Amino acid sequence: MTSQSVLFDAPGPRARRLSLILSIVTGVLILGGIVWLIVTLAAPRESGGVILPGMFDASRWEALALARFWEIVGAGVLATLSAAAVAAVGALVLGVLFSLMRSSTIAWVRAPTAWLIEFLRGMPVLLMMLFILLIASTGAFWAVVIALILYNGTLIGEALRAGLVALPKGQREAALSIGMREFQSKRLVEFPQAFRQMLPIIVAQLVVLLKDTSLGYIVGYHELIRTTMNQLSSALGNRYLFTLFMVALVIYLAINLTLSWFARWLSRRTASGGGRSKKRAGGPVDPDQAILAAQASAAANQSAHRP
Amino acid sequence: MDQYLSLWPTYWEGFLMTLLLLAVSGVLALVLGTLIAAMRISPVASLRVFGAVWVEIARNTPLTLVFFFCAFVLPFLGLRWAFIPLAILALTYYTSPFVAEALRSGINGVPVGQAEAARSIGLGFGQTVSLVVLPQAFRMTIPPLINVFIALTKNTSVAGGFFVIELFAATRALTNDNGNMVIPILVTTAALYLVITVPLGLLAGQLERRVVVQR
Repeated sequence: MTSQSVLFDAPGPRARRLSLILSIVTGVLILGGIVWLIVTLAAPRESGGVILPGMFDASRWEALALARFWEIVGAGVLATLSAAAVAAVGALVLGVLFSLMRSSTIAWVRAPTAWLIEFLRGMPVLLMMLFILLIASTGAFWAVVIALILYNGTLIGEALRAGLVALPKGQREAALSIGMREFQSKRLVEFPQAFRQMLPIIVAQLVVLLKDTSLGYIVGYHELIRTTMNQLSSALGNRYLFTLFMVALVIYLAINLTLSWFARWLSRRTASGGGRSKKRAGGPVDPDQAILAAQASAAANQSAHRP
Repeated sequence: MDQYLSLWPTYWEGFLMTLLLLAVSGVLALVLGTLIAAMRISPVASLRVFGAVWVEIARNTPLTLVFFFCAFVLPFLGLRWAFIPLAILALTYYTSPFVAEALRSGINGVPVGQAEAARSIGLGFGQTVSLVVLPQAFRMTIPPLINVFIALTKNTSVAGGFFVIELFAATRALTNDNGNMVIPILVTTAALYLVITVPLGLLAGQLERRVVVQR
């Protein structure tokens, strides 16, 4: 359903008034909840006979004025972004490789790749990080990066493969009929289209990748959470815990929301640009889900084409 | 071999804890996510905004940070819970927007004609939604929901980093104690995760194929 208005009549004056009143009432309730939360947080609390200042007291925030504070936070952001950047490039390359191998015409290339992908997709990224850390003893950075490459590479590969299979058959037939080899047709005709079609999903997956760099906290990589939460909170003292959490949250949200919006903008652009692509309301949200849908429609296409 | 067999009680405990986290936070996330999805399609504007903001913020926060909040910041703010309920809280919060989006995309996936037809024979909003749209949407949301639960299974491993002894934490402890057999231990853990995720994935794929072919 694309429009909500189908579900109910165009509201008359009474209904409109009612919905306005409801809207205001719930709005006030929600705002009240937020205000209550802030007031509770701001209230001074007592602990073991000592009165501690509230969460928004200046003594809990003054370290934010220090240049050194932002240097350390900046180093954390840089560590997060550099791990994400290296992993993103690697995941893209691996994804392309996987998609080509998985859709290869040679059975003994295709089948093991399928198993490998199934295996990697079902494992927690954290377990892969531990695996690499313990077996290959690469150090935390490469453990994080390689695990993210493997995991996200398989997902990107599956997305690309779904894009390849979902292409109209005529593209491939046309390429073969003008004398291209199998691989040439895949490389020059099919793959570029599939890539473009799946670009929004790939970008959405890269947002997931960026979020997942935070798992490095658990395996000991000094990314944003570890630098702010461990390093800074032990340097500044426990009273900064809430402040540091807020700083980390705001930084993550700023980065991720920007990327998410970019993905959505991209999906709207490619959706309107490619005439063939089905309109999807709101764009793909969950890459996993979008991949599944694309695979299923690809499977349906295949079974429909079969004689 | 004896050494390997002696590890199984620890594995079993970890596996059960993973299943517990999966089941409890899965059910809770389903409830919370349905509420959020209902808010997002409701005619009341302020609820819609609240739902949208909730989904955007929860989906763009790393799970580790959510766990950090639940395991360190909440006790710091005065909430004295055990670590297992806190882990369930974190997983529920993190999973709820994905459930909400899966449900919403299912509702959006019902063709407009269905609702139009229902409206044109005189059904009201409640009847249209409960008798025509939701029964169809529900079928289409099952595969994406299963996918959400697969992701949740894998996400429970993060709880292992925050004082809950589930499969991942058990594995880490075992590798520390049995340095001579790190590889078998890790492979076993991977197999135990796959025991949960692969059947779910196959089920989702099959259901999805069936639903798509029908249309």
